[in-house]
Amino acid sequence: MAATPNVSTVERLSPRPWSGLLGRESGIIIGLLALCVVFSWLNPAFMRVDNLLDVALQSSITAVLAIGMTIVIITAGIDLSVGSMVALSAYLTADLMARGVSVPLAIVAGLGSGLLAGAFNGLLITRGKLPPFIVTLGTMSLMRGLVLIYSQGTPVYGVPPEFKALIAGRLLGVPAPVVIAAVIAILAHLVLNYTPFGQQVIAIGGNEEAARLSGINVQRRLVSVYMISGVLAGVAALILTARLGAAEPISGTGYELNAIAAAVMGGASLSGGQGSILGTVVGALIMGALQNGLTLNNVPAFYQQVAVGAVIIVAVFVDQARRRNGA
Amino acid sequence: MTATQLLDMRDITKTYPGVQALKQVNLDLSAGEILALVGENGAGKSTLMKVLSGAITADSGEIWLGGQRVQMADPRQARDLGIAMIHQELALAPQFSATQNLFMGREMTGRSGLIDWRAARQEARRILARFHLDIDVDRPVGRMPLAIRQMIEIARAISLGARIVIMDEPTSSLTTHETENLFQVTRQLRDEGVGIIYISHHLEELFALCDRALVLRDGAGVGSVVLANSDRDQLVRMMVGREPSEFAQREPLPPGPELLRVENITRAGVLHGCSLTVHQGEVVGLAGLVGAGRSELARAIIGADPMDGGRILLHGQEVRVRSPEDAAKAGIAYVPEDRKGQGLVLGMPIEANLTLPVLPRLTKWGILRTRERRTLAQKLAADVQMRPPDVRRQVGKLSGGNQQKVVLGKWLGDNASVFILDEPTRGIDVEAKVEIYTLIDRLARAGAGVLLISSELQEILGLSDRIAVMRQGRIVDESSRADATEERIVQAAMAG
Repeated sequence: MAATPNVSTVERLSPRPWSGLLGRESGIIIGLLALCVVFSWLNPAFMRVDNLLDVALQSSITAVLAIGMTIVIITAGIDLSVGSMVALSAYLTADLMARGVSVPLAIVAGLGSGLLAGAFNGLLITRGKLPPFIVTLGTMSLMRGLVLIYSQGTPVYGVPPEFKALIAGRLLGVPAPVVIAAVIAILAHLVLNYTPFGQQVIAIGGNEEAARLSGINVQRRLVSVYMISGVLAGVAALILTARLGAAEPISGTGYELNAIAAAVMGGASLSGGQGSILGTVVGALIMGALQNGLTLNNVPAFYQQVAVGAVIIVAVFVDQARRRNGA
Repeated sequence: MTATQLLDMRDITKTYPGVQALKQVNLDLSAGEILALVGENGAGKSTLMKVLSGAITADSGEIWLGGQRVQMADPRQARDLGIAMIHQELALAPQFSATQNLFMGREMTGRSGLIDWRAARQEARRILARFHLDIDVDRPVGRMPLAIRQMIEIARAISLGARIVIMDEPTSSLTTHETENLFQVTRQLRDEGVGIIYISHHLEELFALCDRALVLRDGAGVGSVVLANSDRDQLVRMMVGREPSEFAQREPLPPGPELLRVENITRAGVLHGCSLTVHQGEVVGLAGLVGAGRSELARAIIGADPMDGGRILLHGQEVRVRSPEDAAKAGIAYVPEDRKGQGLVLGMPIEANLTLPVLPRLTKWGILRTRERRTLAQKLAADVQMRPPDVRRQVGKLSGGNQQKVVLGKWLGDNASVFILDEPTRGIDVEAKVEIYTLIDRLARAGAGVLLISSELQEILGLSDRIAVMRQGRIVDESSRADATEERIVQAAMAG
């Protein structure tokens, strides 16, 4: 039986309380650890606490976006517009603050714009019966255009220091964006696994018709899912603005692809019904660690792109192979 | 017979961790023979056929083809050796035409190296004519009826040189007429010397079509019988290992007050003014041919499809049901016909599926109480006699009978009073069927109303208090249990 890596019936029936939580993600976690070992062997500075916090900080925006993306992908959808939503929210927040609007109000506006944009996506998908890929491809361009028009193509500076301190400061030595991302990850994990909403979302992704015939309001759930993705784009926008101290209309370009990569590396299936927040977060950390470690070892940026692409493909390949054997 | 022996499988054994799926099974097949492979779900039929078609490898045992021992490494090799499997889920590309499908992977190229479509079309027509198919070979097969697609797939297998054809529940979605056609073609193949292995739960079909039956039980071969010298009861005894009880039988109850009344349900081109009532404690059978509009009526009642006219009353009060969500709230449960496609989330565990309609009730401050969910799921699993009762298993890995029990069971946790069951016993084994019959009876005794859609007349006649018959989107006959006969129902369903 050693030859067949199948989970045996006996094993499956035996109570292993953590198997559900860590079993699926163990592969990618090992991947992240392996990456860390290699980098610290190449350059011991990698493992220093402040550098590791740096990795987490660099991963935070991707992680926040990827958490929203994971929930969307679980429903068998996709949200290509998150990068543009980041730009829109970021620019709106920064511009309002630069014009003297109070920080809390500007934050609400930034998050609210993400929420609205997400609702727009969700309504087009459910009421308009259009494929998520097409809708969000359209709104990706549409919202990018809106922020370019609104900004006339120029950045906003002059983000107030209290905003920077609030969003990009430190909490007990940990960068605030890391704390924010961690809190969102925990919440998302709880929502997905321990609320009716989360279970219904997974059911919709697994079999939409079965979910509908079970009395679940599929359309409303889907709109909510895209609103979550939108509001998390708003959160990412706040982090970005606070870290840069400015907002640019072209910011956030390509973020959607990083988010998709992190989600997929973490085990989310583009055909729906499968995905894990923990896996996604680890996926985002891998991307951050890769960037950080390569830079630390003086790998030129062009080569870094090649490495990131290769790692994404290898990670998903390994995950798929494990799944096939384990199924 | 040895001279014409096509296939000899000897001592095939396959063990999965924890389960012995096949225990030294022997199977032999002659040229020009139709062999029925029978057994309850989980008896090992599928596993044995997967071994034969190269989808899995046996742990031990030998496969001899025409006197030569072969190793079946993968499906491609099985195909090259002349073994073809016609799947329950058909393996044609729906957007491709019959021609494209027939020559997929072996396209007919002319001297230029480009595909010679004209020659391909001609060849396609010639191949299909052998199967009495006169169809437009350029039309995407996805738009053709299932029966025709199935025939195209058989034609493809034969044109690829198949000597052994495995048919797995080929008639489960066919009308009587289509089934007859399939039988005719199957017999024709037999007469041409093809060996056919035929899997079906319809015992009548086996007696009508097959020469011999090999019975499997719990992964072991029980024996093989020549069907001409056997009968239904013997076969069932061999499958179950005990005497068959009278299956579909139910003591009628005096009906209670009216529960569900639907009036003049109309959907353009599909349903034409359908009215019926279901009382408390009553099972109303809805008979008719496939395509008569029975599932469509059910879907209209629960709001899954839009209605163009008509109204629905519960306890005499009109209710608005515009979505399955409304139906669930009103207490109308629907068990769809296609359990994998519409009833289950295969990737989720049993407990998640069983509690899907009632999740909001299992919360405290918005958080799901997983322990309570498990308790409820275990109770429901016990109610439907799930075996084994472990609710953490993934639904996709269950047998058909257990899957059906999950689809039914998920409505028992809700406050449903009306149960619309669409082919609740299709493709499941005898034992699970009996358990579902018992469950239907229990529901009625508890005061629920059941609308039972079934294509098995025995089932309809044995369980229903009243029987309505549909044809072409209309309810064309209604009779009490006492007046209903097989002849009357068939007459009503077919007349026109």
